[in-house]
Amino acid sequence: MTQSIPPPVNPDLALAMIDRFLQEELGKTGLTGFVIGLSGGVDSALACALAVHAVGADRVLAVKMPYRTSAPQSEADADLLVGRFGIRSERVDISAVVDAHFEGDPGASALRRGNFMARMRMAVLFDRSSRDRSLVLGTSNKTELLLGYGTWYGDMASSLNPIGDLYKSQVWQLARHLTLPESVVDKPPSADLWPGQTDEGEMGLSYAEADAILYLLVDERCTAQEVAERGHSQAVVAKILTMVQRSQFKRRLPIIAKLSQRTVGIDFRYPRDWGR
Amino acid sequence: METLKLALVQMAPALGLLERNLEAHLAWLATPEARSADLVVFPELSLTGYLLQDLVAEVARPIQEEGLLAPLLAASRERDIVVGMVEQSPEFLFHNAALYLSGGRIHHVHRKVYLPTYGMFDEGRYFAAGGRFEAVETRLGRLGLLICEDAWHLSSSYLLALQGAHTLLVLSGSPGRGLTGGGPAASVQTWERVGQVLSQFLTVHWAYVNRVGYEDGLAFAGGSYVSDPFGNLLLDGGENVEAIYRADLPLSALRRARTLTPLLRDEKPDLVLRHLEGIVRR
Repeated sequence: MTQSIPPPVNPDLALAMIDRFLQEELGKTGLTGFVIGLSGGVDSALACALAVHAVGADRVLAVKMPYRTSAPQSEADADLLVGRFGIRSERVDISAVVDAHFEGDPGASALRRGNFMARMRMAVLFDRSSRDRSLVLGTSNKTELLLGYGTWYGDMASSLNPIGDLYKSQVWQLARHLTLPESVVDKPPSADLWPGQTDEGEMGLSYAEADAILYLLVDERCTAQEVAERGHSQAVVAKILTMVQRSQFKRRLPIIAKLSQRTVGIDFRYPRDWGR
Repeated sequence: METLKLALVQMAPALGLLERNLEAHLAWLATPEARSADLVVFPELSLTGYLLQDLVAEVARPIQEEGLLAPLLAASRERDIVVGMVEQSPEFLFHNAALYLSGGRIHHVHRKVYLPTYGMFDEGRYFAAGGRFEAVETRLGRLGLLICEDAWHLSSSYLLALQGAHTLLVLSGSPGRGLTGGGPAASVQTWERVGQVLSQFLTVHWAYVNRVGYEDGLAFAGGSYVSDPFGNLLLDGGENVEAIYRADLPLSALRRARTLTPLLRDEKPDLVLRHLEGIVRR
């Protein structure tokens, strides 16, 4: 019997665990609900579906934050999801803020602009969370987190992330299990930071291959050589290892120059759920 | 005593909040399930929560009958109780400890011997290791206490069984993980397999109580269970739910199992000892 790699998760068990994760962590903070940036893509759609599943539609706010070059289909898909989930939504067009920032800097690269957009969206979400006494829900999956395919303090910033231990293929699996709309699940993944952008095109990798290699390296603790022996190109394995290593900083808080006996992040160690 | 009436409390302790957890213990002890039991067992670090890190030093308490433990000791006049806490030793070492409370007294303390320090676990950084596996003579017969990782070392349950413990109580704080198989999380299935195999090998009762609740994203999985001396599940608790479970452990099962399969009778600890001496002194 050949099992796909990574293997699918037990969907009912995953749902039960994520339900309680969201319910308990929200309960510990005493806040009212979740706010989530809904892009129309499968990751935020799944995170939103999980939030609704866990705490109910009336405690989830979706924020659509298009830029003037965002694909119209993205917002149409987000609207479809809002209707389907029966949740509240807001629309915050970030074009004016972003354009004001880059006014007089026409040579700014697509990457700089994309990162800035992601950070403006983050700022909007945390502002809404403060206004509503809610928590920002993260939408980065395990593949993105490991490859560092996201904007540090942008889309990678959140209070709780229900899908960060699911590879992209497992995100698709759960999205289909929850019968999310085909237009959301089946479209090519894109950060939609510039027209025509796709994740796989930009990374030069397919998610299927990235997921399989990451699963073997990370979950199964295979060496690069062992992964290659399972039929993956050595060059691709090496490329993925480099991406993981170079993006390690994105998975950590800033490091601090240690001077004292006890230093935040080094030997001042408390759980986040301290006293909750 | 023909039957050990056991209650397992699959609770969700609050992280670092001793008073709140004490209140929760007293509430569980007031339930009909606990009140119909001879022995009520709480999970690992039930009074403190698990993922303590630097909080270990702050929630550690000396093992004494005044203070925190007093209400539990009072309750132990009605029925025996096992709880988990951070013990501050007279030398100011901090132990992950399980306390056996009976008749208003602290009857026994087991300090966790094997402190997992790998993967998601970091106990060796925060705790001092215990150094003994001692069976405890109680009013319910000889029992053995193990804390989570202790049970993953074959020697622990072997030593307790050879000392005559007929029931091993395993206090656990095991996060659920591994969702790519069918059924419960892989960690839950593995724990059941371990207990069923060891209880059959050692012809003992094996009672496993795991906590639930979330700490920093870790989902403690529950799945408490009891396996009998034949390796059959007497109790198979649910996952991810707070609950108290009752099981009656008939002592007659020990007699039948040991008659059918007298493995303990035929054990050769002197042989093991000779080998170990050779291995250790090599």
